Formats: sequence, C-alpha cells, structure tokens
Amino acid sequence: MKAPFALFRPAGRVGPVIIASVVVISVVVISVFVISIFVITVVGTRLAMAQKEDAAARSNRKSTYAALAEAPEKASERKNPFEGDTQAVAAGGKLFEQHCADCHGSKAGGTRQGPSLLREEVQQATPGTMFWILSNGVVRRGMPVWSKLPEQERWQIVTFLQSLKIQSVTHNQ
Amino acid sequence: MVARIIPEPIRRKFPGLIALIFSLLFCRPSLVLAQESPYIVTYDHYLEEPGSLEVEYFSTFGTQRGGNDFDAFWTEFEYGATAWWTTELYVDGQTTFNDSTIFTGFRVENRFRLLQREHLVNPVLYIEYEQTSGADKILKEVEGHDVQSDYADSNAVLRKEHDHELEMKLLLSSTFKGWNVAVNPIVTKNLLPSEPWEFAYAIGASRPLALKASPNRCNFCLENFIAGVEMYGGLGDTQSAGLHDTSHYLAPVVAWNLPSDWTFRLSSGFGLNDNSHRLLLRWGISREFSGFGEVVGRLFGGRP
Repeated sequence: MKAPFALFRPAGRVGPVIIASVVVISVVVISVFVISIFVITVVGTRLAMAQKEDAAARSNRKSTYAALAEAPEKASERKNPFEGDTQAVAAGGKLFEQHCADCHGSKAGGTRQGPSLLREEVQQATPGTMFWILSNGVVRRGMPVWSKLPEQERWQIVTFLQSLKIQSVTHNQ
Repeated sequence: MVARIIPEPIRRKFPGLIALIFSLLFCRPSLVLAQESPYIVTYDHYLEEPGSLEVEYFSTFGTQRGGNDFDAFWTEFEYGATAWWTTELYVDGQTTFNDSTIFTGFRVENRFRLLQREHLVNPVLYIEYEQTSGADKILKEVEGHDVQSDYADSNAVLRKEHDHELEMKLLLSSTFKGWNVAVNPIVTKNLLPSEPWEFAYAIGASRPLALKASPNRCNFCLENFIAGVEMYGGLGDTQSAGLHDTSHYLAPVVAWNLPSDWTFRLSSGFGLNDNSHRLLLRWGISREFSGFGEVVGRLFGGRP
C-alpha cells in the first residue's frame, strides 16, 4: 500500500530547493496568520476597551450632571437677586473657597471628589437651577445639602459661579 | 514616608493608629469653614461632609446640690462616611472636685439621612450604643427620670454602676429664612431586660448673626457667629411617663466658626426646676479635617 503522501508526489523527482521553498512559505504564512490574529485580538480588545471606557465616561458625565435636569421648573426660573453685583462675586468666591473648593477644585475645574463646574452643563444651567442644586445637594453622588448656609450666601455662591461662566466664555472667544 | 519613619514591627502592630496619626498630621490644609451649628445637645439634620473628620472636645461644668461640683468632658471623632451617613465615637470622662478624675465610658453613634432632598422638615435617624458607668456626667442627654441628686454620690460609688444603653433619636430639623429649628424626640433602652424604655426631648432654634457674607476673609464678621437657644429634659419612662421627677434645662448657645477650620461653642444651661442642676456651663472646641478619608485611603494603597 502506498503511503498517503505518495498520492501528491509529482511524477518527477522533487529537488531540495522546492522543499525548502515550501517550508519557508508555510512558516511565513503561518507566522503572518498568527501575528494577524494576535494584532487583531490586541488592537480589537484595546479599541473595545477604549470604546467602553469612553461610553462609561460619557455615561458617568451624563449622570454626574443629570441632577441639574431634576430641578423643578419653578426653582429653575428663580432670579438671582445679586446678579451683576461685584461685591456678591467676591463674597461668593470666598464662600466657594471655604465650602466648595475642597471637592470642586480651587478654580472649580473639578477633582476626584467633585465634578468640574466649568463644563457647559453647569455653565448653561440657570441661576435658579444652581441654587436648587446647592440647597438640595446630590446626596446619592456624595454632594451634601448646603441649606445650612443662609439663602443670601447660597445666591452669592451662584453669583460667583455665574462669573466663572462669563470668564470662561471670554476665554473661549 | 511611613515606611521610612516607623519601624516595621510597629507598623504591623498598629496600622490603624499610625494611619490616624499620619492622616491628622498630613491632612491637606484647607480653607473649609466648618459652619457648625451652635447646639451642644440638640442635633439638626446636617451631617458631616463626606470624607471629613471632625475632632471635638467638650467640657461641662455643673453645680451640684448636696455634693461636689464637677467638670465632665468628652472627645468626639465625627466622620462623614457618605453624604447620608455620619459615624461618630465619643470618649467620656469627668472630674468631681474634691474627689477624683475618672474615665466614664464611650459611645458609638450613627446618623442616617432619610430623605435625599431638602424638605420643610428633614428627618435623620440617630442610633447610638453607649457603654458608660454611673459616674458619667456629660449630660449629653437628660433622659427619663434623670435628676441632679443622681450625681451627688462620690465617684467610687457611682462608677460601680455599668450601663449598656441603646439610644435612638429622630432628628427633625427645618431651615427657613436663616433660622434653624430642630426637634429631637429621644428613646433610650438600658439593655438589661428589667429596665424600662426612657423618653426625652431636645429642641433648639438658631440663626447666624448675619445672613450675607462679606467679601473679605475675616474672623470677627457677624456671619461667623451663630446664636440660638436649646431646651432639653426627660419625659419619664414606660413605667411612669410624664414630667414628674424629671429635670429640664434652657440654654442659650453660641458658635464661632473661624475661617481656619476651628469652631468654638459656648452654652450656659440653667436648670428649670428643683430636680435640675442650677447651672451647666458648657464649652467646646472642634476642628474639621477635610480630605481625611482620602489620605487614609492612600495610606492603605488607594489610588493616588
């Protein structure tokens, strides 16, 4: 009985060059295949992870600022009694430094404990919404209620935050 | 840094203590103004900020009819675990003049905010376990039929009594137009089955002396002072509820919140009936360490 490989044996004698060529080509093809699989797996996984992290970050950011949307309409429409008052901006800045900067950063840019207050979600919020958030906190996300500060002081902080908005817009322009 | 300064065997034996000491020493200096309420007995609904540790020392000087006057003192470590949960440890002691100074016990308390948002009345649940001796005179709560004559005996006699008590309060508090009004119904149970449930109350009202902040940093601005009044006393127990054989106090209170994180409190409580001590003069000093939780987390390998 003939060996199985004998079926594929060419009619003529096979030279060592051809055998060597076949071996080299096979090794190259297999290597390319393995490397491709490896690259696709690593890059694909990394891409997937990056996408997941990005989605998580977006989702987290969305939920971080989602509390702004929870302010009742009546509360959002409240006007800031100190709007444009430079003294209130200074007083609000002092209060921010004393009560808020520890979590939100000295320039309100955010820290691990608290989100940035310079983001458009906050900048676009009405003074009434900011006041409502200050008064009610976001307890489930770690922000305490600040109603222990008198109402005027909370409005002074809002005035300060609004001044940051103006600064930020000027800077962007 | 810890590894360089403290020998390995000590670090292994006392990791918690070392973490605490280093956290207090190297806690980020902050400009957080505590804005503490002036109450000493009554609680409002505001909890400790998450991650902050407040260390407080209080002293109560009390006059004693038919016995020696005393100075009771306690230290509190109050930690904001989350925005809705504050946990606290008290360590109590007292000096009875012409007698002795003794350690009188400890208390562990937890406060839980029940509602996420602000309402007209904000409830907080307070649960405390205390293990004290009969010589405990801090009078942080005046419960059941507690009367001033209970404290007239010598420390040697009083300390023989050991109390294991569970205390629950519903802290109801409201803030409106700068005023805070707080009402605390209190229920206490000595863990001995034969002991009855005791009832008590504490109510308080306070207001900052100025409702608007000044633009400059200052120590003596009116906005840093909060003044008020509190009243507290016993309401009997399940065996004999009511006001007979109970003691009651009325105490003007003031707090001075300094921009350097320190708070001073002063309270002079006046006894309202013959069962009460004539005077309970209390003072307290506290300091808040913001970012304490983060520093401890880092010491134990948390993310930088």
